[in-house]
Amino acid sequence: MSKRYSNEHEWAILEGGVASIGLSAYAVEQLGDITFVELPEIGAEASKDDSIAFIESVKAASDIYTPVGGEVVEVNEELENTPELLNEAAESTWVFKLKVSDASEFETLMDEAGYKAYIETL
Amino acid sequence: MSSTLFEKSHSGRRGINIPKQVVADAPSLDGSLLRSAKAELPELSEFDVVRHFTRLSNKNFSIDSNFYPLGSCTMKYNPKVQERVGGLDGLANLHPHHITNNKTSLVQGALKSLKVLENYLTEITGMKAFTLTPQAGAHGEMTGVMMIGAYHKKKGNNKRYVIVPDSSHGTNPATAAMVDYDVITVKSNKDGSMDLESFKEAMNDEVAAVMMTVPNTLGLFNPAIKEICDIAHSYDALMYYDGANMNAIMGVIRPGDIGFDVIHLNLHKTFATPHGGGGPGAGPVGVGERLMEFLPDLTVDFTEEKGYFFGEVSKNSIGKISPFFGNYLVLVRALVYMQTLGREGMINASRKAVLNANYILSKLKDHFDAPFKNYCMHECVLSAESLTKEHGVRAMDIAKYLLDFGLHAPTVYFPLIVKESIMIEPTETENIDTIDFFCQKMIDAVELAKSNSEAFKNLPLTLPISRPDETKAARSLNIRWQA
Amino acid sequence: MPYTPHTKDDVQKMCAQIGIQSEDELFASIPSELRAKSFDVPEGLSEFEVFDNFKEFASQNDTSKVSFLGGGYYDHIIPTAVDALSTRSEFYTAYTPYQAEASQGTLQALYEYQTMICNLTGMEATNASMYDGGTALAEAALMAVRISRKRKRIIVDSGVNPIYIKILKTYLAYHELEVITLEVKSDGSDKETLLSLIDESIAGYIFQNPNFFGSIEDYFDIIKALHDVKAVAIMSSYPIALGILKSAGDVDADIFCGDGQSLGNYLGFGGPSFGILACKEKYIRNLPGRIVGITDDREGKRSYVLTLQAREQHIRRDKATSNICSNQNLMALRATIFLALLGKEGFEKLSLQNYNNSEYLKAELLKIDGVKIYNQNPTFNEFVIELPISASEFIDKMEERGFFAGLRLETLYENFENRVLVSTTEKRTKAQIDSFVASVKEIV
Repeated sequence: MSKRYSNEHEWAILEGGVASIGLSAYAVEQLGDITFVELPEIGAEASKDDSIAFIESVKAASDIYTPVGGEVVEVNEELENTPELLNEAAESTWVFKLKVSDASEFETLMDEAGYKAYIETL
Repeated sequence: MSSTLFEKSHSGRRGINIPKQVVADAPSLDGSLLRSAKAELPELSEFDVVRHFTRLSNKNFSIDSNFYPLGSCTMKYNPKVQERVGGLDGLANLHPHHITNNKTSLVQGALKSLKVLENYLTEITGMKAFTLTPQAGAHGEMTGVMMIGAYHKKKGNNKRYVIVPDSSHGTNPATAAMVDYDVITVKSNKDGSMDLESFKEAMNDEVAAVMMTVPNTLGLFNPAIKEICDIAHSYDALMYYDGANMNAIMGVIRPGDIGFDVIHLNLHKTFATPHGGGGPGAGPVGVGERLMEFLPDLTVDFTEEKGYFFGEVSKNSIGKISPFFGNYLVLVRALVYMQTLGREGMINASRKAVLNANYILSKLKDHFDAPFKNYCMHECVLSAESLTKEHGVRAMDIAKYLLDFGLHAPTVYFPLIVKESIMIEPTETENIDTIDFFCQKMIDAVELAKSNSEAFKNLPLTLPISRPDETKAARSLNIRWQA
Repeated sequence: MPYTPHTKDDVQKMCAQIGIQSEDELFASIPSELRAKSFDVPEGLSEFEVFDNFKEFASQNDTSKVSFLGGGYYDHIIPTAVDALSTRSEFYTAYTPYQAEASQGTLQALYEYQTMICNLTGMEATNASMYDGGTALAEAALMAVRISRKRKRIIVDSGVNPIYIKILKTYLAYHELEVITLEVKSDGSDKETLLSLIDESIAGYIFQNPNFFGSIEDYFDIIKALHDVKAVAIMSSYPIALGILKSAGDVDADIFCGDGQSLGNYLGFGGPSFGILACKEKYIRNLPGRIVGITDDREGKRSYVLTLQAREQHIRRDKATSNICSNQNLMALRATIFLALLGKEGFEKLSLQNYNNSEYLKAELLKIDGVKIYNQNPTFNEFVIELPISASEFIDKMEERGFFAGLRLETLYENFENRVLVSTTEKRTKAQIDSFVASVKEIV
C-alpha cells in the first residue's frame, strides 16, 4: 500500500477503492500549531483538487484540496476536539476518507521520494 | 492584578445615579416580550470603575508615552486641540436625523466643515471630489472597489480580476474578494517595486483595476508608476491608490495628477487623528472624473442662495455605505490638523518624515540585513534573516527586546515578501534623541543576539505579561467571562 | 513648524549621517513630471485660531432644542466618568493591540466588552466591534450566507431601520444574492407572508425588535420556522431596549447586530459610533473583526490576546471573512465603561425609565383631538404619531417652540405622510414632556 503526495502537501493511501487522506508533516510544520480543523460532510462529493476542508493554525489558515476525486465516507472526528494530533503525527493521522471515483488519479500523484525532492525545491 | 470587572463585582453595590423618573410607572409589558432575567453586568461603585480603568490604562503603550515606529501606521503625535474641538457641544451633540428630515438650517456649520474638508482633500490629492462617508481605510477600499465595479458594469465590460503587488496590505486582496473579484498578485523586483514586465504580462482585458500604494509598503517609490497607470488605462482598467503612505509625499506627489482614478486616505495615519487602541478611523475616498457619478449617496453642495445643502444623488451612485457622514467627529479632528499645519506645515511634515526614516536606515543598515539599501521614503525595511540563520534570533524576538526599553516594536512580518521583516516608520514628530536611543537599542539587540541568543526567550521582562501562549488562546477559546 | 522638533543643527547632523547635503536629495528619484501640479492649501494657523474656526462651525449648528428625535440614535446620558477615562491618552493614543505585552489595558477592556455584550444580547460569542449598526447588519447577512453554505436568498423585514437596509443592499449587490424585502403590515411584521416564504432556499431572515416604529413583537415562532429549514435568524436591536426586552438568546436567534451609540457615545452628527455583532458559539469562526481571548503567558500569568486572527485580512487576505481592519475600539471602550457605571440594576432601571417616560408621553398625546398613535403593538421608547397637518409643518412649528419633535417618516417610507416618529429617553423630564404635549396641542 503505497503512500502518494500531491503538490498541495496532502498524502493519500488507497486501499480497496477507499483513499485515506491527510496532511504531510512538511505542511503541518509550515502552518505551526494547529488550532482548528473543519471536516467535510459525509456524503459530500468532490473532484480532484477541489477545496474540501479547512485548517487553521495560530498564524495561518489554509484550504485542504483533495488529491483525488470521490465521495466522502468517513471523517476523523477526533480532530474536532484535538486538532493538535496533527502536530504530533501528521503522516499517520488521516483527516478524511473518500470512495474514489477514478483510481487512475492516484497514479498521477508523487511517491515518497518524489515528494521529498519536491519540498527541497521550495 | 488582571481581574475583570466581573470578578471585582459585589452584589448590592450600586453605580451612578440616573435622572429621577417623575412620571408614574406604566403598566408592565406582557411577559412574553420581557427578558427572563436581568442582563449580567457587574455591580460596582463609580469609584471602583474609575480605579479599574485607570489601572488598565497604565498597562498600555501609547503614542503619548512611547515611541511607536510601526511601519505603515504613521504613529505621529495627536495634537490635543483636536480633543477640545471634538468636545464642542455644537458638534458632539448634533443629531444625524436632521439629515433625514432635510433640515439643513440646523446643520449649516457641520455641512460647511465637511465642504471645507473636502476642498482640502481635493487640493492635497489632485482628485476631483470626495466621499467622506467611509469609516476606515478598509471601508474606503471597499467603497472604491465597488465604484470600480459599478463603472465596469455600466459600460458592460467583462471584468474579473484585480491586480495587486505581492507587497500589498492584506486589506487590498480581502477587499477585492468582498466585491467578488479574483486577485492576481504580481511579484516585486529586486528593487522592491512591482515588476513592470511581470505587470505587463499579467495585464489583460479582464482586469478591472490595479491597486497600489505609493510609496509602496516597503517605503519605496516606483519610478514606473506613470507607465503602469497608462498601461492599465489602455485596457480600461482603473487605478486605485491606497493612501496609507501619504505621509511621505504631501506637497510632492498628488495621486490625481499621476492618473489614479480613485484613492482612499487614512485620516488616522497621515492626518493625525488618534488611533484609539484600534479605531475609530476614517477612510475618505477621492475620485477622478470617471467615477464621480458612482459616489455614495451623501454629499455636500453650496450655493449663495441655498447655503450648504445635500447634493443630488446620482442615479448611478453605489448607494449607502455608512448611515450618515461616517465618523464625523474624526473628520473634524483631521480638519483641525490640516488647518493647523497648512501648506508649509504639510510639506515640512513629509520632508521630516522621510528624513527621519533615512537617518534610521543609514544607522542600522550595517547591523541588520537591508534588502533595499538606497534611500527609502517615510519608512524603511530591514530584515533579521541573517540573525535568524546564524543565531536563531527572529524579528519577533527583536520586537520583544525593545519593549523593555519603552519602545514599541516596529512592524514585524509585514510585508510578506521580506523574510523576518522589520518595518520602521518613525514619523516626523519624533526628535533626534528618541531616534538615536531607538537605533542604539536596535544595535544592542544585535549584539545580544550574537553573544547570548538564549536571553530573548524570556523577553520582555518588565511588562505586565511576557510571551502569551497564542496557541492555547485559540485551542481553548475563552472570549467572555463566565463565573 | 507645528509638531516637528527638528532644529537646523539636527537636520545638518542627520544629513551628514545619511551622506547627503540636503533633504531634497531624498526626493531625487521622483521625476519632475510626476510632481504635484499645485498645492494651494491655505497657510497654517495657531491652535487658537483653528479653535475659533471650529467654534464658529459649532455655533452654526443647532443643539439648543429639547430632543424627541430617535430612530436608532438617541439623546441618552453620558456619564462624565466615561469621558474622563476614555480621554486618557494611554487609551486613545494607543495602537491596535497586536503586541499583547504592550496592550493589556486595551485587550482586557475588550474582553470585558465582549462579556457584557454577550450577556446583554444572550449570545455566546462577539467580536471587538464593527463600524456601526448598519454595516454590522450587512456583515450579519454575509455571515448567514456563509453559514448556510451559500444559499442565495435573504429576507429583510421593512421594520428594520431603512437606512440600514440601504447599506445592506449596497453590500450585497456584489454577491449574487436575492434580497427580499418584506413589507410591514401596519406597524408590525407580516408574519403570514413571511412564513410562506421560508423554505430551504432562504439563507436567513433579518428583523428588528423593537422595530423602526418602536413596536415590539414576539418572534419566537418565526425563528423556530427558520430553524426547521436550517435558515439563520438575525435580530437587530438597540441595546438600551435589551435592559427589559427579550434578548436574541431568549428567542433563540442565531446572530445579533446593533449600534452602540446609545451606550455612552455622543451623537456626533452620526459618528463615530460602533457596531455590535454577536452570535451563537458554533458560528464564531464566521465572525468578522477582531476577537480577544484569554490565555497564560510563559510564567502562567493571565494574559489577554487577539485570537482567531486566521480569519482576518492580514493572514487570510483574499479568503478573509471580511476586509475589516479597524474596529471602533475607543467607542467600544466607552460603552464598556458606561455599562460598568450603570451596573446590573442601573441598566435595567434606565431601560425601564425609557419605557415609562414614553408611555406617559403616549398617554398624554392620545388626549389631544386629532393626534392618533399609529402603533397597534406595544412600544418601547418611541412610537409613531399621525397628525392632521403635514409632518414638515409640525416639525417646523415645534422647532419654533423649542423642540426637535421627531423624524419625518415620509422621507423613508412610501405612503407615510403626516406621520412622525417620536422618542423619549431617561433624560426627558416630566416637565419637558408636558411642555411638548402642550405645544402639540397648540399646533394641531
